[in-house]
Amino acid sequence: MAGQQRVYRQRIKATQSLKKIFRAMELIAASRIGKARSRVEHAMPYTRAITRAISAVAAHSSVEHPLTSKRDDTGRVAILVISADRGMAGAYSANVIRESERLRGRLEAQGKEVVQFAAGRRAVSYFAFRRRELAGSWVGASDAPTRETAREISRALFDRFAASKEDGGVDEIQIVFTRFTSMVTQEARVIRLLPLEIVEGVVEAEPGEIEPLYDFEPSAEEVLDALLPRYIESRIFASLLQSAASELANRQRAMNTATSNAEDIIRNYTRLANQARQAEITQEISEIVSGADALAAS
Amino acid sequence: MAGPLTVDVVAPDQVLWSGTAERLVAPTVEGEIGLLTGHEPVLSVLKSGVVRVRGGADGDAEFPIESGFLSFDHDVVTVVVEPVEDHQETAPAES
Repeated sequence: MAGQQRVYRQRIKATQSLKKIFRAMELIAASRIGKARSRVEHAMPYTRAITRAISAVAAHSSVEHPLTSKRDDTGRVAILVISADRGMAGAYSANVIRESERLRGRLEAQGKEVVQFAAGRRAVSYFAFRRRELAGSWVGASDAPTRETAREISRALFDRFAASKEDGGVDEIQIVFTRFTSMVTQEARVIRLLPLEIVEGVVEAEPGEIEPLYDFEPSAEEVLDALLPRYIESRIFASLLQSAASELANRQRAMNTATSNAEDIIRNYTRLANQARQAEITQEISEIVSGADALAAS
Repeated sequence: MAGPLTVDVVAPDQVLWSGTAERLVAPTVEGEIGLLTGHEPVLSVLKSGVVRVRGGADGDAEFPIESGFLSFDHDVVTVVVEPVEDHQETAPAES
């Protein structure tokens, strides 16, 4: 009987220490998320400026560039999944991986071959467990991505796109990442990185206004050559930053839920422990009373 | 027409300078370019050198850059720069 009480007390203790860990992780995520969000915001003007410039080149000159034109000779599509390095973030990694698997299914139904890239340890181990080959993987610092990582990724993807069919070239590059809309809304999104779809931010000339005639220095081709790698890098960096902010938001929420679940468990076990204690006391009393009764009757 | 230029100098991870100025000088691959209001629209690749903002509302500013590009349209200049590594110390001091 006393054994049962001890078991309950032990469980309460264990859950209490878990609760402390959950709470600490929640606080860590909460403290990092502000920084992650401000990094997303600070990177925005750069991406916007590059997008606007690229749109201007595309709209005001008729340059044919290999990176803006479609290719369909290889039948391969590269997918980059951006996930977390660590778990404890609820369904964050699961969602983004599920989205990428859906995309993969869709592409394979079209008869395309998928070349998989992965960023973040969770995605890498997911594919390793399923014995899928990864064309490239990047792990570490998924909650605080650096520009170096973005540069490496963009270079690897870029090479794939520029490569010939024999060297494993791909027709398209898709990125699956988690878009950070607000603290409570993050969704897994797919964007096509290459070939470029330049539609954003092109300012239509107002009627009566003369289309600005851009002067390109040195030439439209060279401007595009210089801009495109940067554009891709900034696009990847932006997705990494958004994913990082989403990861932290998800982790904070998951840990918050875990903390309150731990509190629930502690409350239940405390009740059970009290009940066990009461039952023990009641039993002892009834044993004593019935013992006294038996003595008095004899 | 004679209004000031609207200038934005942005680096990958932050906005370095934003505001109005009279003049902007930048090193393009074909030589230095000076921009005043009413310049024709231009999109140009920059080489390493110094981007200078003159006559700004809160003073002049200079940014050593590694590479970048600038776009000019309707008196709005956007300079996208790849700053040289040690800019972190100099940039906040200017603002």
